[in-house]
Amino acid sequence: MAPLLEVLDLRTQFTTGRGVIRAVDGVSWDVLPGETVALVGESGCGKSVSALSVMRLVAEPAGRIVGGRILFKGRNLLALSEEEMRQVRGREIGMVFQEPMTSLNPVLTIGRQLTETVEIHLGMTSVQSRARAVELLDTVGIPDPDRRLGQYPHQFSGGMRQRMMIAMALSCNPALVLADEPTTALDVTIQAQILELLKSLSRKFGVAMLIITHNLGVVARYADRVNVMYAGRIIERGTAAAIYAEPRHPYTIGLLRSVPRLDAPRREKLLPIPGQPPDLGRLPPGCAFAPRCDHVVERCHTAVPPLDDVGPGHRAACWVSESLRDRVSA
Amino acid sequence: MTESLAMLDAPRAATTKAGEVVLSVRNLVKYFEVGGGLFGGPRALVKAVDGVSFDIRRGETLGLVGESGCGKTTTGRCILHLDRPSSGEIVFEGQDLTALSEAALRKARRRIQVIFQDPYSSLNPRMTVGEMIDEPLAVHGIAPEPKARAARVKELLSQVGFAPNMASRYAHQLSGGQRQRVGIARALASEPSLIVCDEPVSALDVSIQAQIINLLEALQERLGLTYLFVAHDLSVVRHISDRVAVMYLGKIVEVTDRDSLYASPQHPYTRALLSAVPIPDPALEAKRERTVLRGEVPSLLKPPSGCVFHSRCPIAIDACRQTVPELREVRAGHRAACLRI
Repeated sequence: MAPLLEVLDLRTQFTTGRGVIRAVDGVSWDVLPGETVALVGESGCGKSVSALSVMRLVAEPAGRIVGGRILFKGRNLLALSEEEMRQVRGREIGMVFQEPMTSLNPVLTIGRQLTETVEIHLGMTSVQSRARAVELLDTVGIPDPDRRLGQYPHQFSGGMRQRMMIAMALSCNPALVLADEPTTALDVTIQAQILELLKSLSRKFGVAMLIITHNLGVVARYADRVNVMYAGRIIERGTAAAIYAEPRHPYTIGLLRSVPRLDAPRREKLLPIPGQPPDLGRLPPGCAFAPRCDHVVERCHTAVPPLDDVGPGHRAACWVSESLRDRVSA
Repeated sequence: MTESLAMLDAPRAATTKAGEVVLSVRNLVKYFEVGGGLFGGPRALVKAVDGVSFDIRRGETLGLVGESGCGKTTTGRCILHLDRPSSGEIVFEGQDLTALSEAALRKARRRIQVIFQDPYSSLNPRMTVGEMIDEPLAVHGIAPEPKARAARVKELLSQVGFAPNMASRYAHQLSGGQRQRVGIARALASEPSLIVCDEPVSALDVSIQAQIINLLEALQERLGLTYLFVAHDLSVVRHISDRVAVMYLGKIVEVTDRDSLYASPQHPYTRALLSAVPIPDPALEAKRERTVLRGEVPSLLKPPSGCVFHSRCPIAIDACRQTVPELREVRAGHRAACLRI
């Protein structure tokens, strides 16, 4: 199956007072039609910037995409004009952001924000667009849609606003939705509702999803394939099943071990990853994770390990990945 | 940076402590008035905390969990007297804080400290780390002699795993986890017996959370601290707490020892809450039964009649709309507020 979205050797940089930050440093991944792919990592790893790069929403002039290709349905998005890109955004690729209150326009009604999208992208009349808006609110489970269409974002709760964002993202029947920490700001029971909704809509309409998150539980529940990021690079990739059952990068292993889990017997002490998250302006030569790694060898300090196969459909960027398999217990 | 504490490897006793009661909260109520004022409009009452009672024993950690609007943070703030309770008693080390004079309250408050959620807004950007840790010592008149003070600051830095040279840094030079350590050192300065931890790790990266949780536990063992651990992350609460109380819309709906709560939750809200937490295991997640609650959390301005949870409860019956269920013992040492149990 040809990928719907193919990111090839993407490089995105920010120029700051401290120098150039390589936020996304040669990253390649893809999304097949209908599947859910996750970009996982902690703050500063480059996952959000990756999604913004796909949508060409990286804040200029400080931020710039300096290399790579982004193929969506075979077209390189980086080669499109801004006008052409506007046709893609919202219409072919939808986005759901983390903070619905800052992503929704506070001075427009919900109805206007929904109808605006379909009128502009699909050329609907106001009668058609209103019917579509009602349909969308129903799809995302917002009751009493006629009344709701006349309301403003501040009159909705956080969970409702996020449903609104999802409705907007789906309004033009995109093939792909990018969801950047879609539930992080929500309560856990609302989080469960929203994620169930995204998953069922994805299945129902065949929409592929890219979920960006730091929550390993969310990824386990919803993703088909996972890319783990660290310091601007992908350090492990595989199916969700493979990554969780047999992680092959020390960072992934460390992350999974440091999280308290409801299903495991309670350990007396958690096993944290020692040290601090990396300073992107001052990365060491060699593997960026080396300063915090339990399995480090000499080579890690001098050469950046490539993302190599460690199993079927499973890759890790680690010089000692092979020996990890024997040393790590499930 | 390594933790320079002597890590005790003996397992923490997990069950209820038999020690003295350090904090006893009785029928705590906190109402906020909203609306009204100069521009008219009706005044409404937000019942943020609506009759909450619990005890915490010395050396114990009571986890207080719930989602936004449940009242857990306001409860913590009332104990700290950052908000004045509307009614109820807060008995700390034998004294009812709500009945004390300003002066007596000031003295008592030395022994109750707080660690805040946001490491970015809870530190003064214009003070050095050393100055921030020194401030409580100055305010409470501890170790007035300069050399003793400096030594105490150094000791506190060491207790949270910092070398002495950290004292000259500013907050903006530190990472989130490091800032949280400063917040902890500052909380320890006045030698408190009770610390209210208000979401102390939720703003931190996952890999750093574990470091801070381990630190809090080690300090508790070493210094005999008592914690009220307010949080929404059920996995973290399970790890660190001895007993857990679950709140919803201003009330406690279930309270028991940690193992019982997680192994056999009785209240339908607790069950839904636990079911909603995703577990990092795809195979397990695919098989798990999930209770997804319908609807939204009701507004505190218009709480449901009867049981506050009935509007979203999967097993609600007519009686639930009319009667407020009492928080009563449903199993040994296990209380829940539900008519259906």
